[in-house]
Amino acid sequence: MSHVIDTDVPESADLQQEVERRRTELAELEAKLAEWEATSAATRQRDDTDFTTVSGQPIRALYTPLDTRDDDYLGDVGLPGDYPFTRGPYATMYRTRLWTKRMFSGFATAEETNERYKFLLARGTTGLSVAFDFPTLMGYDSDDPLSEGEVGKCGVAIASLADMETLFDGIPLDQVSVSMTINGPAIMLYCFLLAAAEKQGVPFEKVTGTIQNDILKEYQAQHAWIYPPKPALKIITDIFEWSSEKAPKFNTISISGYHIREAGATAVEELAFTLKNGFTYVEEGIARGLDVDEFAPRLSFFWDVHNDFFEEIAKFRAGRRIWARHMREIYGAKRAESWRLRTHAQTAGVTLTAQQPHNNIVRVAYQGLAAVLGGTQSLHTNAMDETLALPTEHAVRIALRTQQILAFETGIPNTIDPLAGSYFVESMTDELERQAEEIFTEIDDLGGVVAGIESGYFQAKIARSARRFQDEVEAKSRLIVGVNSFEEEDEPDIEILKIDESAGAAQHARLAELRRTRDGEAVERSLAALTEAARADRNLMPPMLDAVRCYATLGEIRDALEIVYGRFQEPVAF
Amino acid sequence: MVERKIRVLVAKPGLDGHDRGAKVIAASLRDAGMEVIYTGLHQTPEKIAATALQEDVDVVALSILSGAHMTLFPRVLDLLRENGMDDVLITGGGIIPQEDVETLQALGIGRLFGPGTATGDAAKYIREWFVENRADAEA
Repeated sequence: MSHVIDTDVPESADLQQEVERRRTELAELEAKLAEWEATSAATRQRDDTDFTTVSGQPIRALYTPLDTRDDDYLGDVGLPGDYPFTRGPYATMYRTRLWTKRMFSGFATAEETNERYKFLLARGTTGLSVAFDFPTLMGYDSDDPLSEGEVGKCGVAIASLADMETLFDGIPLDQVSVSMTINGPAIMLYCFLLAAAEKQGVPFEKVTGTIQNDILKEYQAQHAWIYPPKPALKIITDIFEWSSEKAPKFNTISISGYHIREAGATAVEELAFTLKNGFTYVEEGIARGLDVDEFAPRLSFFWDVHNDFFEEIAKFRAGRRIWARHMREIYGAKRAESWRLRTHAQTAGVTLTAQQPHNNIVRVAYQGLAAVLGGTQSLHTNAMDETLALPTEHAVRIALRTQQILAFETGIPNTIDPLAGSYFVESMTDELERQAEEIFTEIDDLGGVVAGIESGYFQAKIARSARRFQDEVEAKSRLIVGVNSFEEEDEPDIEILKIDESAGAAQHARLAELRRTRDGEAVERSLAALTEAARADRNLMPPMLDAVRCYATLGEIRDALEIVYGRFQEPVAF
Repeated sequence: MVERKIRVLVAKPGLDGHDRGAKVIAASLRDAGMEVIYTGLHQTPEKIAATALQEDVDVVALSILSGAHMTLFPRVLDLLRENGMDDVLITGGGIIPQEDVETLQALGIGRLFGPGTATGDAAKYIREWFVENRADAEA
C-alpha cells in the first residue's frame, strides 16, 4: 500500500517502470470507478439512514487506492513505535503487553471502595481508577453544607489523607498503578496519594499512576472546576515541574476528550479540542522555562470510544499523528517519548440506553473492539446498568470479561494496527487530521483556548452538537435500538445498586474524629504557609504535601488557596 | 389558545456538572415557544427558589444526575412552598430510579423524565399542565 511516487528523481530504470505501472493502474481504476459510480447513482439506496457517521461526517459507499494515493507511507503512516506513530505508540504493542484493563470505580466510603478494588484485583483487573463523589470532585469536605445528599453517591468520598490511607489499605502502591479522575482539586488528591504511598513506605519515585488534572476541559465540558483558568494552569505547571524530578514515573495529566465528547461534541471536536488543550499545557510548561523533553513524556491522553466504529479507530490514529507532528515540528521536542501519544480509553457512557439495558453489553463490546483496533494503552468498559446507577458487581464483571474475551479469544491483539492500509480507515484518518487543523486555526483566531473558554466558544459548540444529535434521534434520521426503534412495551426492571445515606453520616463522624485528634496548630501553620506560597507565586507542591501530612482536609486546602485565587464564574448560555 | 408564554426555570442544583440534558431541554423548550431561564451549574436550592420567585415562573425543571435527587427535589419543593409558590410545577429529569420517582411524586413533584426521553414529550407535558392549572392560560 506504499504509494511512493516520486517521479522527479527515479533512482533506477526499475523504479521508473514501477512508477509507470502504478500510474497506469490508477488511471484504469479511475475509469472503472466512474462506471461504478454511474451504476451506483442509478441504483436505489436505503432511506433509513443518510450514510453519515454519528458525528455527521458523510461516508461514501466505496473507498479505493485513489483515496490514499497522496499518502507517503513512511512519512504519514510508518511503523508502530516510529514517528509519526500512526500505527501505535510502541514498536511491539500488544505482542509485548496487552492494554491495561482499568475499571473506573468508587462509591460510598473509602472502606467500601477498598473492598471493591480488592474484588477487581482478584478478578484480573490490572490497574485501578478512582471515581470520586461530587463533593471531592469540587474540593468540598464531606461535611460541608454544600455536600449534603451527595456524599459517596457518584463515587467515593475522600476528604483527607486518612481517607486515602483507608482507600489503599492492603493495596501496595508500588505495584498497582492508580489513576484518579480529579481535576479542580487534582493537586490535593495527588498529594493525598503521594503521602499515602509514603506511609506504606513507598518512595515517590516508585509511585505509578495518573491524575487527570486537565482543567481546560473542565471549563469546556465536565464542569468540576475551582479556580479561574490562570491560577489553575499555574498549579498544573507546578505539578509538572515538581514531578519531573520527584515522581518521574507518574503521569501528571490525562488530557481528556472523554468528557468533551460525552457533553455532546462530535468526534472531530473531541479530537481537536483535546489536542489543542494539550498544546496549551505544553506552552505553559515552556513559558515556565521547563525543558519540553523533561515534562512532555509524562503527558497522557484519554479518549471516548463512541458507536461509530471506523470513525473512532481513525480518531485514535489521527490523534497520535497530529500530536507527534506538533510536538516535534512546533514545540521542538527532541525525544521520541515526547512525540508519542499514549492514551486511556473508555467506552461512551452516553451511548448506553436505559431501555433494554442488556443491549448495552453489545454496544460496549463493539466500542471496546474499536479502542483496541485504535491502539489504546488502557481501557475501561462500561457496565450495562451505568445509565441507571453506579454498576452492580455482576454488571462490572461482565464488562471486565468483555475485555478478557477481546484480549484472549478473538485473536485481534496478535497483529499490530490491522486496519492500516484500509483505503477507508487511512483516508478517514487523513480527513480527521485535516479537519482538526482547521479547528486549531479557528481557536488561534479567537486568541487561544483560555480566550475561547471565557467567551463560551467551546461550550456553545458542544451544546450545538448535542442538540443536533438529539434532533436527529427525535426525527428518527438516526436510529437508536430500543429508544426510537425496536422498542419493547413491557420491560422488566434490572437489579441496580443503591447507595444509601449512611456514607454521609459515616464521613461526618470520621471528619469530626480527625479534626479532634490531629494537631490543630500544625494544620493552621501549614495552611498559612500554603496561602503564603500562593501569594509569592512559589511552587505549591512542597507546602501542599506538608499540609496534607498534618491531615489538613480537602476543603481547608481549597479555602487556603481560594483566598489568593478566587473562583471561576461560568459564562451561562444554552 | 395559549395567550402568554409559559415561563420555565431550568436549574442545575447541587455539585453535579452534567449539563448536556439541561441545555438540550432548555433550548428545545425555548424553541417550543416557552420563556426559558437557565441558572447555570452548581446552584443551591435557596438560589433556585429565589430565582423562581424573582422571575415569577410557572415551572421549575430540575436536572440531577448526581444521585442527590432525594435531598434536592424535596428541598426545592419546601422552599418554593415557604415562598408561597405552591402553584408552581416542579418537574425534572436525570438518573432517578423508579422507586425514587414514586416517592418524589407522592410529595408533590411532577413527572420526572429519564434517559432516552424525547424533548417533545417534556414540552407537551408542561403545556398540558399549564393549560389545566393556570387560570390565565386560556383566552
